[in-house]
Amino acid sequence: MLIPFFYLLREGGMKTSITELLTLHEALKSGLAGQSVDDFYFLARTALVKDEAHLDRFDRIFGAYFKGVDDSLSDLMQEIPEEWLQRQAELSLSEEERQLIESMGGFEELMKALQERLEEQDERHEGGNKWIGTAGTSPFGAYGYNPEGVRIGQEGSRNRSAVKVWDKREYRNLDDSVELGTRNIKVALRRLRKFAREGAADQLDLNDTIDKTARNGGMLDIRMVPERHNAVKVLLCLDIGGSMDDHVRICEETFSAARSEFKHLEYFYFHNFVYENMWKDNRRRQAEKTPTLDITHKYPSDYKLIFVGDATMSPYEIVYPGGSVEHWNEEPGAAWMKRLLQTYPKAIWLNPEPKARWDYTPSVKLVQELMNDRMYPLTIAGLDEGIKALR
Amino acid sequence: MTDSRFTGTNSYIATDDLSMAVNAAVTLQRPILIKGEPGTGKTQLAIEVANALGKPLYEWHIKSTTKAQQGLYEYDAVARLRDSQLGDDKVHDISNYIMPGKIWEAFDSEEQPVLLIDEIDKADIEFPNDLLQELDRMEFYVYETKKLISARTRPIIVITSNNEKELPDAFLRRCFFHYIKFPDQKTMAKIVDVHFPNLKKDLLSEALNSFYKVRDVRGLKKKPSTSELLDWIKLLLAEDIPLEALRTENSRSAIPPLYGALLKNEQDVHLFEQLVFLDRRANPQ
Repeated sequence: MLIPFFYLLREGGMKTSITELLTLHEALKSGLAGQSVDDFYFLARTALVKDEAHLDRFDRIFGAYFKGVDDSLSDLMQEIPEEWLQRQAELSLSEEERQLIESMGGFEELMKALQERLEEQDERHEGGNKWIGTAGTSPFGAYGYNPEGVRIGQEGSRNRSAVKVWDKREYRNLDDSVELGTRNIKVALRRLRKFAREGAADQLDLNDTIDKTARNGGMLDIRMVPERHNAVKVLLCLDIGGSMDDHVRICEETFSAARSEFKHLEYFYFHNFVYENMWKDNRRRQAEKTPTLDITHKYPSDYKLIFVGDATMSPYEIVYPGGSVEHWNEEPGAAWMKRLLQTYPKAIWLNPEPKARWDYTPSVKLVQELMNDRMYPLTIAGLDEGIKALR
Repeated sequence: MTDSRFTGTNSYIATDDLSMAVNAAVTLQRPILIKGEPGTGKTQLAIEVANALGKPLYEWHIKSTTKAQQGLYEYDAVARLRDSQLGDDKVHDISNYIMPGKIWEAFDSEEQPVLLIDEIDKADIEFPNDLLQELDRMEFYVYETKKLISARTRPIIVITSNNEKELPDAFLRRCFFHYIKFPDQKTMAKIVDVHFPNLKKDLLSEALNSFYKVRDVRGLKKKPSTSELLDWIKLLLAEDIPLEALRTENSRSAIPPLYGALLKNEQDVHLFEQLVFLDRRANPQ
């Protein structure tokens, strides 16, 4: 009976597996859930959901799937309140789902009861009630078989009793969490690690020592190796000032995480877009500039280039000479960007603006094109994707 | 099959969904993975489950350097090497140098034990994958002695995670999962009650009010959690803070006493003081 629900979960984007479904069946068989729907919900949740970010999604699917069953069954026992039809229909039952309810028994009876109620309501409607005007009578057509009849009372306002556990959706804010702490960023950045043994040999290589000792006829022959270091090199370019002020905190966090995570980290600041100069100290940005050409010459191409910026500016700042808001630039920013990308083939752009807003800013599109679509939102998920692209 | 069901203990309040998750794990003998905000009693759960069901507890605390193998056993090659140089007789039996790990110990237990694998996310990303077979079959092979170690009774395995790393799907599929959400005020009152049974009702409600207010301050980097609340109440009691000090007419016009126990981050303390200051200026008394 849970198979359609299982597929609904998978359609809903949850990675529920057969193993988990079987576990749930096993649990049900051993009588864990007892008779209560709440228990069943808890059990299904603990067996099928493995990520708190999916809890809300599970609640919604569970609600959509089982609400009908549960409600319509309990509706037989009690009066249907007036507002029940004002609810928007959300779910249409498919043929197989309807069969499912039938197989659970009582559907015919239930529908009969519902039909009776419907007719009763209909009469009242003729009395001049407004509700059916917008909804129309057709949903309650000849069969009275309409899914809306089953869906009534979503949110549990129906009898003003306690809200069903899954309708509370307590895990709402955990879904697609955008909260990024330094710790999380570090973990995301850690995926970029590439270990290599470099430098002085100061660690005992146990395996080699044993091997060599054995070959040496049992006399100790100590072997040393250099410690493993993270050999990834990162060049971080941060947009600073202007529209980036809104994102200072997240940039701070990214920066501090990156700094502690990578031994070879070089960072530079730029304003709005990259031109012939960048700088390392914001207070002395006019006095101490580093020519971009020097950067590309100094750091070899095995550095990974990460831009952090909202890419929100006037398109002129990217494509025209002299477009910069701060100074006269001989060459357009796009040319400098191309030069940087040529030197550093592994490059991404992290954008602290939510992805949904990107489409409304032409300059973001321009930058995306320049970056060959390697622009990612500055969230854990975005960072993950970005790191993948960098590897 | 297990006649004893876990419903919390007199020192641990378990919500219905948590009890269900634990009971499912106990009945089906699968590991249970517990996640949640720091300080919501994840580690405590294993201890309480062991207490409530009267089973021995084995704790395996994971560090960033922990390897899966260490939970099974370790072969002390260096000791054997040393002994061989010294001509010790022990050296001829390799089993002298096999040190059982926590999982082995739990597998060896006479009655069904509770095995806590604490903060599994601290270890390397591959760590959970290395334990798949062991947790599934509850057996492993000792290559040095060519012996198969299998569990006498499948232990109840409680695994906690702080979400610092994502765990592999294959691992997750074998576990039950529960996310301990932050308790609401009602549950919290119960939790405080089991820890401080003689706490006056009004002090408790005032303390809880202040606590939730602090939690609601926007922009806090680290929100205080249950364990911080318990520490704070302990302090309040120790210092014998009068009820009036907690009771404030205006929500933010006073800093709760001993707030150092609640806020653990310098910036948070700053932010909080600033808010209080702003509020005082806006509503002079």
